[in-house]
Amino acid sequence: MPLITVHDLHVYLGESHVLQGVSFEVPEGGVTALLGRNGVGKTTTLRAMMGLVPRRGTVTLAGEETTRLATHQIVRRGIGYVPEDRDVFAGLTVDENLRLSERNGSPRYELVYELFPELETRGGQRAGTLSGGQQQMVAIARALLNDNPVLLVDEPTKGLAPLLVTEVAAALERAAELATVLLVEQNLAVVERVAQQVVVLDSGRVVHAGPASELLRDRAKIQSLLGVSGGGH
Amino acid sequence: MLLTITGLGLGAMYFLIASGLSLIYGLMGVLNFAHGAFLTVGAYATWWTSTHVGGGPGTKLLVGALAGVAVGAILAALVELVLIRPLYRRPVEQVLVTVGLALALNALVEAIWGFDARSFPVPSWLIDTTTVFGANIPNDRFLEIGVAAAVLVGLTVFLRYTRYGLIIRAGVENRAMVTALGIDVRRAFTLVFALGGMAAALAGVLSGVYYGVVDPGRGTSLLIFAFIVVVIGGFGSIGGTAVAAVVVGLIQQYANYYASSGLGDLAVVLLLAIVLLLRPEGLSPKVAH
Repeated sequence: MPLITVHDLHVYLGESHVLQGVSFEVPEGGVTALLGRNGVGKTTTLRAMMGLVPRRGTVTLAGEETTRLATHQIVRRGIGYVPEDRDVFAGLTVDENLRLSERNGSPRYELVYELFPELETRGGQRAGTLSGGQQQMVAIARALLNDNPVLLVDEPTKGLAPLLVTEVAAALERAAELATVLLVEQNLAVVERVAQQVVVLDSGRVVHAGPASELLRDRAKIQSLLGVSGGGH
Repeated sequence: MLLTITGLGLGAMYFLIASGLSLIYGLMGVLNFAHGAFLTVGAYATWWTSTHVGGGPGTKLLVGALAGVAVGAILAALVELVLIRPLYRRPVEQVLVTVGLALALNALVEAIWGFDARSFPVPSWLIDTTTVFGANIPNDRFLEIGVAAAVLVGLTVFLRYTRYGLIIRAGVENRAMVTALGIDVRRAFTLVFALGGMAAALAGVLSGVYYGVVDPGRGTSLLIFAFIVVVIGGFGSIGGTAVAAVVVGLIQQYANYYASSGLGDLAVVLLLAIVLLLRPEGLSPKVAH
């Protein structure tokens, strides 16, 4: 039985019908990558699953339908969310950003500081003064701080230097040992490294779903589905 | 010296009204035109209670003020729960509701207690003066400044060192992301409204002491200047609001005295225009601290 089931999800943003009946399943454990060209609805899918945009259809998490819940209630079912633009609180310190994310009595600071030691030394620094890579570490750390069985991670390597991409990919691998990860990612090298399953969107619909290795082996299919030549970029 | 301290006293009242307005807009995006009505209702609750309790003027004022502040907090929390909460993300309807509520509450006060000003219970020691550098300063000015300073310190400590303060500061920056961390931000909304109502009611008490009377139009007249203070200080910033309140209070007093009586209001509007032209985001941008 899949951990997450998305069924017939529709989202309208203004006049635009962004998601047109998206349906897919995410198995428990590992990383499922949500792929597609720019503007096909990947970020909107995650935002709809989080209840951050008005949507129609159903999202089921571990057998419980979450579509009727408010965002904070969905999160409390055990979802950690790393948004596309990081959305760290610029006026708060790194420590405050992390403290705000605590939902239970045993936040996993050891894990977070093991993955991103910089965050411990920069605890008193305002998040708005951090580099893009450091802000991404804060965003991922917030999601990992609680014992979430599911992580929704939206383009964590976007705009990062290659060295930081490697660091973030390593953090995702570690996260996948602890939780089920649904990852929106454009960097196919990262997908190849961390993902076991892929779901491909095009024009607001799912056009392919299956094992990651199968898609990544087929250059013609990558070209037709994603418009890139494959092998990472 | 008298002018400066009186200007600071006026600024203290503006700060008390504007701090709640600023946090409410900063966190929730709600322009609360009913905020002045919280002040009026708080002032009348204080006056009414003081006429129904025994003791000297000091006791009457203290008991009345406690009741007024409690009524202000409860009224504001109820307004948020019953009227504002169903209208999140509907700013036009929110404006209509808060304007309508302000008119309705003022009409209610007038219907119950009439249009005439009511004499406020002010102990004689507050009317007496203290000589500072040769100027005789009415003692109530020190009370107003002291209470506003205490509220400023209290709000700063609350925002900086408590869990709800952290939620409010984060919510002012990015409300959606706060909910995406699993936090029910609506509780913070109610709390901010209640705090704003308390501060506005406290301004009502102090305005009663300052003017010696309370009347139904008090909240509306002070609300206009409070909005100006919030715009100058920057929505969502308590520090910016405090600085702007002091500047507005002082400019108003100096202009009224050195230029011409009544010119103070014009000077404040001029200041607003200059700030909007040079620094539209206000003195301190949208970060609650």
